[in-house]
Amino acid sequence: MSDEIRDQVKGIIDGEDVALFMKGTPQFVMCGNSHRALEALRRAGAPVTAVDVLPDPRIREELSTLSGWPTIPQVFVRGELVGGADIVEELEASGELEQTLREKLGDEYRGGEERVVAVA
Amino acid sequence: MAVRTLTELLEAAFPGDEVAVEDRTGGGDHFQVTVASRRFEGLSLVEQHRLVYDALATPLADGTIHELRIKTRGAS
Repeated sequence: MSDEIRDQVKGIIDGEDVALFMKGTPQFVMCGNSHRALEALRRAGAPVTAVDVLPDPRIREELSTLSGWPTIPQVFVRGELVGGADIVEELEASGELEQTLREKLGDEYRGGEERVVAVA
Repeated sequence: MAVRTLTELLEAAFPGDEVAVEDRTGGGDHFQVTVASRRFEGLSLVEQHRLVYDALATPLADGTIHELRIKTRGAS
């Protein structure tokens, strides 16, 4: 049911330190922009929880309804939309992404492991 | 063709501002858009990109745009 998918997506946005909704998985990225966002997060040392939106089109629909953001990827830190690939790359390059991660997750945010969570 | 449509939509949303649309692959569905506007001043990047997404809502929804890269900046 779509309600269940929405609840799961919302749970991930609110519950994960850094949530990356992407096409594919970190091990098998299916889209250039998802790759760019993932690499920028890795450079910043972010503890990424990745969600593949491709298995069910409703994941993407519910996500965009919740976030008001029309494209994939989408990156959230502690429930707040940081942006898509362009913004995440720009913030990483300027050092602002690290600053945000430090402010929201604490100075010791690095070293968290990369995880994949499925929505189904 | 699509470049022109996107350019017109952006020019309508950002009248008098600097707008550029590039077809990155030549295939008519991967685009780089750049907008420089005074409307962006004081807005976060998320808010700036939202304004661009709003302007391009139709081609985003109907599949004309397969991949979009956005660069925004304040007017200089």
